[in-house]
Amino acid sequence: MSLIREIDYGTPASKAEKTVTLTIDGVEVTVPEGTSLMRAAMDAGVQVPKLCATDMMDAFGSCRLCVVEVEGRNGTPASCTTPVAAGMKVSTQTERLKAIRKGVMELYISDHPLDCLTCAANGDCELQDMAGAVGLREVRYGYDGENHLGKEKDVSNPYFQFDPSKCIVCSRCVRACNEVQGTFALTVEGRGFDSIISAGTSFDDFFSSDCVSCGACVQACPTATLEEKSVIEIGTPEHSVVTTCAYCGVGCSFKAEMRGEELVRMVPYKDGKANRGHSCVKGRFALGYATHKDRILGPMIRDHYTQPWKEVSWEEALSFTAAKINDIQAKYGKGAMGGISSSRCTNEEVYLVQKLVRAGFGNNNIDTCARVCHSPTGYGLNSTFGTSAGTQDFDSVEDTDVILVIGANPTDGHPVFASRMKKRLRGKPGEPGAKLIVIDPRRIDLVKTPHVKADHHLALTPGTNVAMLTALAHVIVTEGLVNESFVRERCEWDEFQEWAAFVAEDRHSPEAVEAITGVPAEDVRKAARLYATGGNGAIYYGLGVTEHSQGSTSVIAIANLAMATGNIGRRGVGVNPLRGQNNVQGSCDMGSFPHELPGYRHISTDAVRETFEELWGVTIDKEPGLRIPNMFDAAVEGTFKGLYCQGEDILQSDPDTKHVSAGLAALELLIVHDLFLNETANYANVFLPGSTFLEKNGTFTNAERRINRVRKVMAPKNGYEDWQVTQMLAQAIGMDMNYSHPSEIMAEISATTPSFANVTYDLLEEKGSVQWPCNEAHPEGSPIMHVDTFMRGKGKFIMTEYVATDERTGPRFPLLLTTGRILSQYNVGAQTRRTGNVVWHDEDLLEIHPHDAEQRGVRDGDWVKLQSRAGETSIKAKITDRVAPGVVYTTFHHPMTQANVITTDFSDWATNCPEYKVTAVQISPSNGPTEWQDDYRELAMESRRIAPAEAAE
Amino acid sequence: MERDKLVYMANQIAKFFESAKEGARSKGVADHINKFWEPRMRSQLFERVDGGRTEGMHELVLEAMDSIRRPEAPTGSGAPNQNDPSLA
Repeated sequence: MSLIREIDYGTPASKAEKTVTLTIDGVEVTVPEGTSLMRAAMDAGVQVPKLCATDMMDAFGSCRLCVVEVEGRNGTPASCTTPVAAGMKVSTQTERLKAIRKGVMELYISDHPLDCLTCAANGDCELQDMAGAVGLREVRYGYDGENHLGKEKDVSNPYFQFDPSKCIVCSRCVRACNEVQGTFALTVEGRGFDSIISAGTSFDDFFSSDCVSCGACVQACPTATLEEKSVIEIGTPEHSVVTTCAYCGVGCSFKAEMRGEELVRMVPYKDGKANRGHSCVKGRFALGYATHKDRILGPMIRDHYTQPWKEVSWEEALSFTAAKINDIQAKYGKGAMGGISSSRCTNEEVYLVQKLVRAGFGNNNIDTCARVCHSPTGYGLNSTFGTSAGTQDFDSVEDTDVILVIGANPTDGHPVFASRMKKRLRGKPGEPGAKLIVIDPRRIDLVKTPHVKADHHLALTPGTNVAMLTALAHVIVTEGLVNESFVRERCEWDEFQEWAAFVAEDRHSPEAVEAITGVPAEDVRKAARLYATGGNGAIYYGLGVTEHSQGSTSVIAIANLAMATGNIGRRGVGVNPLRGQNNVQGSCDMGSFPHELPGYRHISTDAVRETFEELWGVTIDKEPGLRIPNMFDAAVEGTFKGLYCQGEDILQSDPDTKHVSAGLAALELLIVHDLFLNETANYANVFLPGSTFLEKNGTFTNAERRINRVRKVMAPKNGYEDWQVTQMLAQAIGMDMNYSHPSEIMAEISATTPSFANVTYDLLEEKGSVQWPCNEAHPEGSPIMHVDTFMRGKGKFIMTEYVATDERTGPRFPLLLTTGRILSQYNVGAQTRRTGNVVWHDEDLLEIHPHDAEQRGVRDGDWVKLQSRAGETSIKAKITDRVAPGVVYTTFHHPMTQANVITTDFSDWATNCPEYKVTAVQISPSNGPTEWQDDYRELAMESRRIAPAEAAE
Repeated sequence: MERDKLVYMANQIAKFFESAKEGARSKGVADHINKFWEPRMRSQLFERVDGGRTEGMHELVLEAMDSIRRPEAPTGSGAPNQNDPSLA
């Protein structure tokens, strides 16, 4: 194993199709038109010295090191800013060039500390490399002149430091922040010799500035000026392995850079097709949880959750568990057991959990956290298009002309994709950016962010998506904006006509629904016209669409819009669900839903069951199983008694906490398989320790259906990869399960699931990643779906009647609470709360409009009591006009806030996906935590007790 | 805030299919329930309808009852199948 070193071509690749042939140092090279001389040279195998250029951003031409000579041209042009031309003859190394470069390096080094041996970047420093490359042997000016040495370091960021003494002001960090991340936080302050990199204003350090800690500047820095604190502490890595981030559904590829079994840093991988070399604060830096002291590394059991835990051997834990399972099924029937698979685990692990449930427990009571996030996507896209997945790859956004974002907050939830989106929205010189429509109750960052401004922000009342989407359809149909030829050719024409007549009814017009959505009709009309006529239109949506009582209806309405305007089946268009967790797509693909076997095939289909029955040697129940909310109901009723919960904290993440805890408390067996004693484990009597993504092999599937490898870089601290734990549990209940590597599980998946037929670890090794469907028809996968025909044949239009949620505001609960997430934290926070990320968000806050706060006498930072029909909690207020009057907003990252005590058990009509996004609440000043929060804190502490080991005699 | 959850859920489904074309409405409701409801949930629905407790139930749900599959034996209760290999 060695350190993977990626080639830096110095400037980005040109997309031109036309090529140009030239000669560089006597070597003939053919490159696309528009390529820089620097990049062409690299293609020819010649590395021109450089400092301010890197291929993640546009050429800048400031360091004067990359100069070359061109036959027939005067002077020494910078190779980074000079494009190729046919027949050019370029020399990269002449006496004149050598002298220039040496002179330039002398100036740089005369103002640079000579502490290479003790510098963290020693051996990984481009300035050091260039000093070597130009043959710098002395600095004629000496080191006593005016300089920038001895300046104070900025260590305010938890993950990296800024040492201005080492800065050469190449501005790579500033340009990375602008071009790659799109935050525009950094700047060069002062002029000439006084130029210095500033994190924002002159009062700012990296922590107080707009910096989002994505790491792009650290990545871009050619010196030790911006350096990871982990490298300063540990030293440089000696080998690296490419793997996939385990945070959000973007699925970024990273190089895990290691020293032995110690992780030094995660570096975004340029060949990663989801992230193209970019990263965010979570995937790049928030890894501390993997070695956090809270991790439980050995199995534990207890008879009842009120007792302290007892640490036991794996053998004892598994036989205790197996006995309980057999006992429960003998006493209460087969259907009394069930499982929840984890969207944070690998495809292979999820596949095994559903296999354990279907073949081992003998029922279909298997569900996954997608139930509470994207299950409506499954229903909606399956009904209209024929399969449950986003239609595009992420690259597609580069060809989009109109981006419609609804119910998603990409800069916080899917930051790396948001950066790619912002890049397209900003455009380039000579290439105007895409237009933007945002439909969201909150003014999310994307509405107005540096060099990006939404053309339309439709700030609708929470819970009125269907009314809004149907009104958009109304405009498209009644104003004659339908792409009729697309619809006639690709969709069911009769159903389209019925749908068109339905949406054309006056009651669906923007004017008629204005009273419901609160959005001026004219804005809706303009947005509809823009989406329908602005060129390639792409819809990106998130949980603000799905987590409603009409979540599935909204997804259908989105699909209807895309079909009616012909925005399906090519680059730049499509319907794109932004998936929350790293492997939500995969866990759904792998048959985690109680009604579906892998590949979205209904359990009642005999032929599908037979495939698995033959392979597994069992009879599979043909009836659908219980969904997560149904499990809690059945548990409270007493017919559901045992649950295996892998890598999911349902007590914190699921709505109506009191109902969930009542369900969990009623179980006779709750197996929590996790890294930590999470909130759910308060009610568990078996704890099986889990492994992190750094400790296992497998695959994750991201929001663009991309199957990416997860590679083990260290031995599991708990002793086993998660698929091995599930396998041992299966063996303990008598199943014959003997995989020796996840690749064997993938082989079983491809043998049984047509959309995965060609997927093998060998293919993933060769291609890096593939997007399903990957089979005989699409041997190398499918970046874009529904190209010639829809998966179901003809696209199906379905009527979308708006039905108001029964969760209404009234005199007692006059405000609407909606929930979401924040950049630095992830889901229930189990991972990110155990990292340096807490400096950005150490508690959940309630966003409230100044008007509503004023009326209630609430000041910024005050404790307030937040009450709904379901429960109450206390939380600190943050006053902001980001939310509209009448709407309040919070996140659910911290267990002591317990935002889900407030949320209700209303759910999507089709899938039971909870209505997290709409809860009627009241707010009043408060002194501190509620009694419930205090009681809960006590219960959690009681429940986490571990009995001390008995002293050996 | 205890409401009759099952009836509430069935009614929600019915409301969606109200806007389907005539002839497809109660069929839509029945198909949906057959596809997604675990037998214990369907049994409970039948118990209600069989017992004549149909107050508050959407008429499309009532119309759909004939096409909803009656569960063979509730899997949530009673003795397990002794031939089941998973219980060996």
